[in-house]
Amino acid sequence: MRIALFTDIHGNRQALAACLEHAARQGAERHVFLGDIVGYGGDPAWCVAQVMREVAAGAVALQGNHDAAIAAGIAGLNGVAAAAIEWTRSILSPAARTFLAELPLLHEEEDRLYVHADASNPGAWRYVMDAEDARRSMDATSARITLCGHVHSPRLYGLSDTAKLTVFRPPANEPIPLLARRRWLAVLGAVGQPRDGDPAACYGLLDTTEPSLTWVRVPYDVAGAACAIRAAGLPEQLATRLALGR
Amino acid sequence: MVRRRLTPGAVIDGFTLGEVVHKGGMAMLLSVTHPDHDLPMLMKVPLLFEGEDPAAIVGFEMEQMILPRLKGPHVPRFIATAGFDAQPYIVMEQVDGVSADTLLPRCPLPVEEIAAFGAAVATALADLHAQQVVHLDIKPANILLRPDGSAVLIDFGLSRHDRLPDLMQEEFRLPYGSAPYMAPEQVLGERGDPHSDLFALGAVLYQLTTGVWAFDNEQRLPAMKRRLWRDPEPPRRRRPDCPPWLQEVILRCLEVDPARRHPTAAQLAFDLRHPDQVMLTPRAQKLARDGLAAVLKRRFNPDPMAPRPAGASAQLAAAPIIAVAIELPAASGALDEAMRRAVERIMATVPEARVACLNVLRTSLLSIDTTLDAAGENRHVQRLVELRHWAAPLRLEEERLTFHVLEALSPAAAILEYAEANRVDHLILGARPHSMQRRLLGSVSGEVAAWAPCSVTVVRAKA
Repeated sequence: MRIALFTDIHGNRQALAACLEHAARQGAERHVFLGDIVGYGGDPAWCVAQVMREVAAGAVALQGNHDAAIAAGIAGLNGVAAAAIEWTRSILSPAARTFLAELPLLHEEEDRLYVHADASNPGAWRYVMDAEDARRSMDATSARITLCGHVHSPRLYGLSDTAKLTVFRPPANEPIPLLARRRWLAVLGAVGQPRDGDPAACYGLLDTTEPSLTWVRVPYDVAGAACAIRAAGLPEQLATRLALGR
Repeated sequence: MVRRRLTPGAVIDGFTLGEVVHKGGMAMLLSVTHPDHDLPMLMKVPLLFEGEDPAAIVGFEMEQMILPRLKGPHVPRFIATAGFDAQPYIVMEQVDGVSADTLLPRCPLPVEEIAAFGAAVATALADLHAQQVVHLDIKPANILLRPDGSAVLIDFGLSRHDRLPDLMQEEFRLPYGSAPYMAPEQVLGERGDPHSDLFALGAVLYQLTTGVWAFDNEQRLPAMKRRLWRDPEPPRRRRPDCPPWLQEVILRCLEVDPARRHPTAAQLAFDLRHPDQVMLTPRAQKLARDGLAAVLKRRFNPDPMAPRPAGASAQLAAAPIIAVAIELPAASGALDEAMRRAVERIMATVPEARVACLNVLRTSLLSIDTTLDAAGENRHVQRLVELRHWAAPLRLEEERLTFHVLEALSPAAAILEYAEANRVDHLILGARPHSMQRRLLGSVSGEVAAWAPCSVTVVRAKA
């Protein structure tokens, strides 16, 4: 089975639409949303509505720190992010706000764990930035494959049965085998605000039969997404960074 | 973990086991058959013992990832694989060929045989490197020779794929590989440089030439590190009839600094196929190892190695083979100038590129050919002189230029064959002006552009 994994959409309608369409062409049968549907971007209402429809049809969606901040407040967010959250809260419908507030933090199926950030304490929103973080997150679960987001930059951590940890920066569009004897933690790239220098949207395509994971890159209408951010009156840097992928 | 007995006649996932063909330290090979696959096949099974070497498992995992991604005539075809949840195995084509190990009892080999072998292996390496893989364990036992002389590389357990996680890198502190052939940078833990394979091939060629190893089979790290400062005896000292060009090629492969070896495997293959075009340096004439002063300097005060672009593909892009097909006499001075400018532009942007200047000397089926022209001059030699004259204004270093006169009935076919055989990356040729001749004979550049195995630039003088 092919599972498409979307994380850090951040209210970017153009990027999410392009990724969903691409995943459909790849024959993805299941969708998983790993959090941060809103924040930063200019079309949060469309993005939340889209994910709500997907969840009604059987998809899994998890909560990210920006989704939580809609109800819980902006503590811990920087000024630009906080400004975007305040605006987002003001335009979301009560139903959308409730949906975001009630999203779960974790979801497990078969040998996989889905989570937005570090699995050892998902509500603390710790970033998985290096081998040490990855080990802590993997130690907290018995799942063979952990899939997360939050970092906005693709990485793959592998743990062998001799407890050696490998770190790998996965190239675009290359199916990377998730060898059966190892445990893996995959940090997916962001759909709506890539920060690895490549402005193309990123989503994960997991093939459970191989098993392998591809960090798919999808070019999308960056100018349109930047326009929406400006039209919403959000800080200009949120618009310009999309074209840089930073 | 379920372990089935690997006895002849047993069936695993539809593969019927036959005889054990080979049993090594880390894996064994069995011949297998399958109703859906009509070719001779081998099943490779990792050997897992009590207190097993983790390298056997990691090597097997690497090969399991890499082999299915490889294609072409220089690797065994991948058929199937299974992981460790049941009996792990990889099934691949059983290559029709003999191990290069079988050459060793006949060492030292004739020079022509060494050159042909070296060119075949370098060609296989060029193909592997183009697929973004560095082999990292080139040695006679991992090279098969097909009946037509071409080489097939096997055993990718220590290999590195540019686009896959390197499980070996993180797993082991000590370098893995075969001590007599391992490149110095590999001894230091560097696992991404295709030049490491050129070093290993150089060590194999040294052995075929002299009958002895260039470096000993001492597995301890301090002993392996010695190759960073201590150079081997020059081949000509051990074998006086070793031609200077062959020593030049071997010692260049064995340079400690990867940047001083051939830029690519394709360029090494090129040298081995054109011994008369190898640029000889003081390496070619050496009859003794470097003196104490040089060795001590390398030991205690080594020159820093130039940083290399990471990965096989980046390096290939930096060192292409460019072939320029030159018409003699020139169709026009303007075209000549335009062709030289096209070459200059490429050479300025890719500093490790080399240029092969070609000219096709047309032979005819109708007349009895003579290489002598009306005045009795050797036409072949005359053409070489004219090619050198053509290239002189480019002011390129001599080691970046070679000259070739091809004798053929059809210029297009000759150029295409040359590009294919020498793994040319980019062909440059001139378009003839519109003429009756072109209308009748068709265009050489058009035919070459349509069928070439590489990029083609057709240069036209502006009217």
